[in-house]
Amino acid sequence: MAEKKSTVPFSGTKEQEEALLKVINELKDEKGALMPILQKAQDIYGYLPIEVQKIISDETGIPMEKIYGVVTFYSQFTLNPKGKYRISVCLGTACYVKGSGDIYNALMEKLGIVGGECTPDGKFSLDACRCVGACGLAPVMMVNDEVYGRLTVDDIDGILAKYE
Amino acid sequence: MEYVNLKINGLNVTAPAGSTILEAAHGAGIRIPTLCYLKEINEIGACRMCVVEVKGAKSLVAACVYPVAEGMEVQTNTKKLLDSRRRTLQLLLSNHDKKCLSCVRSGHCELQELCQELGVADEDYFAGEMNHYDLDTSAVHMIRDNNKCILCRRCSAVCEKVQTVGVIGPNNRGFATFIGSPFDMGLGDTSCVGCGQCIAACPTGALYEKDNVDDVLEAIADETKHVVVQTAPSVRAALGEEFGYPMGTDVEGKMAAALRRVGFDKVFDTDFGADLTIMEEAHEFIDRVQNGGVLPMMTSCSPGWVKYCEHYYPDQIDHLSSCKSPQQMFGAVTKTYYAEKLGIAPEDIVCVSVMPCTAKKFELQRDDQYAAGVPDVDISLTTRELARLIRKVGINFRSLPDEGFDDPLGESTGAGVIFGATGGVMEAALRTAVETLTGKELEKVDFAEVRGTEGIKEATYNVAGMDVKVAVASGLSNARAIMDKIRSGEADYHFVEIMCCPGGCVNGGGQPQVHADVRNFEDVRAIRAKALYDNDAAKSVRKSHENPSIKKLYDEYLGHPGSEKAHHILHTTYVKRTVN
Repeated sequence: MAEKKSTVPFSGTKEQEEALLKVINELKDEKGALMPILQKAQDIYGYLPIEVQKIISDETGIPMEKIYGVVTFYSQFTLNPKGKYRISVCLGTACYVKGSGDIYNALMEKLGIVGGECTPDGKFSLDACRCVGACGLAPVMMVNDEVYGRLTVDDIDGILAKYE
Repeated sequence: MEYVNLKINGLNVTAPAGSTILEAAHGAGIRIPTLCYLKEINEIGACRMCVVEVKGAKSLVAACVYPVAEGMEVQTNTKKLLDSRRRTLQLLLSNHDKKCLSCVRSGHCELQELCQELGVADEDYFAGEMNHYDLDTSAVHMIRDNNKCILCRRCSAVCEKVQTVGVIGPNNRGFATFIGSPFDMGLGDTSCVGCGQCIAACPTGALYEKDNVDDVLEAIADETKHVVVQTAPSVRAALGEEFGYPMGTDVEGKMAAALRRVGFDKVFDTDFGADLTIMEEAHEFIDRVQNGGVLPMMTSCSPGWVKYCEHYYPDQIDHLSSCKSPQQMFGAVTKTYYAEKLGIAPEDIVCVSVMPCTAKKFELQRDDQYAAGVPDVDISLTTRELARLIRKVGINFRSLPDEGFDDPLGESTGAGVIFGATGGVMEAALRTAVETLTGKELEKVDFAEVRGTEGIKEATYNVAGMDVKVAVASGLSNARAIMDKIRSGEADYHFVEIMCCPGGCVNGGGQPQVHADVRNFEDVRAIRAKALYDNDAAKSVRKSHENPSIKKLYDEYLGHPGSEKAHHILHTTYVKRTVN
């Protein structure tokens, strides 16, 4: 699991920050406000980097560790943005036995990130997923909504090149 | 109070309504083992060590959180329960770094003790995947070894609830869960204040102070160095626990004897530094009152509290007294006055302190703690480290005679001794400030209103026609309550004493760890504090300004309290820090 600071430089806007502060002000006096604040913050920014968690901590008085603990507990929260091109490699049973693990590892190496992260230029993010319903094409990966099947490691460069 | 009747192991037991099965059993003399439970701090029923059978309940229940009810029938030690506890321990050990031989907690580790009691052997665990963590050595004062962590959350609960610092907590989920700080920060990068209450709360060897015992032995072995030691007031009230004495035994005499046999050139007392702190602090207080200085003035003896104020109330640091802490004042006087008196260069003196505190390791590295151009204090040991040092050099502590401290920096008063308990600094300061302001001798030196272990105490004293309003707080959650009032302008105190650890230094993060079985049912703070108040009551001199060695220090060297020289040597500055 990626648990470090985001590989992508933070580029939050004034508008996003104003929207976040508004959400916090509406919710912060309610019991159990942290979860809805985090959900809305992720809606606003797309992810929950240290900069966003710091704003939430400063405004609510909740220690940053507590916030980080919640964010890393729930898989719905992410510390990294999604790229312009979201790559998902299926690690479901059928794809896995057909070698999708090798595809996934090769992508991490070529992109220089680990699963859950995004390349510093914001272009590609990489995640593992479970069955996408195309077991007949195993091993399968998706780039946004495009499905690529019957993959070998040698196919990867060609696929990535289409998005460069 | 309402009571309910129940049966535990067939015995008829009466317990207050609302109490837990654990408390009811304890009242009836029945021990139920616990591991994650810390009274009022960590009541989460997570570790499953305290499981008991309740007639009619669908599954085993956690005694630490399950309330008693009328007619309830409880079993605490059936074979089914022993097997369940044993299985829990085996699962914990399956992901535990079992290097007991070299572990700092070996012999008084709660996990090890339970394994021995329940007959769980070294080989007796589920072999499987293990987590491997790097040690976190980033903090000045301590180390976190998550390979020995059992995820009980006692440390993070203390940090968040008792101290309202909250820089450690559980990250990730399931098998990947570990206790740490946000975004892979080391503890040293966070706004940790160094109090060490997490170490005091840890049941295993996952948390421990950075050990400086060998640095001390090295200094003693170096014949070119003059090595002096100072011991904080509350060390004498707790060191005995490490050598089998009942809690609350004052072992001052044996401690001095042990230090002499360890090989220190001079065995001095931080109580002298405490008396000196009172001289300067009382003077500063009177000066602030008479000359319109920032009020309330707040004590600055507790380095955890000082760092907390710098991180969390940076806009309020002008309230902090500019006085160095007793440890630092002692070191500063050692390297100036004492060095000149003996004709030894300050750089050839090694000043070792023994403190009930882990934050002192941080304090001695602060800026502006170099009165003679070298560090005022070189090495700070905790009470636990002193016990290890004594054992390491083969001293039989219990058979030592009682000895005294050396002159001149070993002479102290009752006022210096009570510094170790919450309210003690305030009481010691009042003894001196009141006599200074009124010019008359106090009829009664006890200020009972500021004694006791309550988190926040307030009192008003009429001194020379002026109502002096004081407050005393210990534990940082209580400090926070006072600081919020001061920040908002709601409080009109003149003088506030704050100690970082609940109950003051007697319950400091460097003191001998107290087993949860004791801590959950006894008031450790009050028992240890009594040793200090008894020590004070037995002293012939009980006011700092009447300490003959202190008088001599001012006559021969410093001039008067608050003098330019005193300011240069005994006072310091603070910095604004951020929250991380």
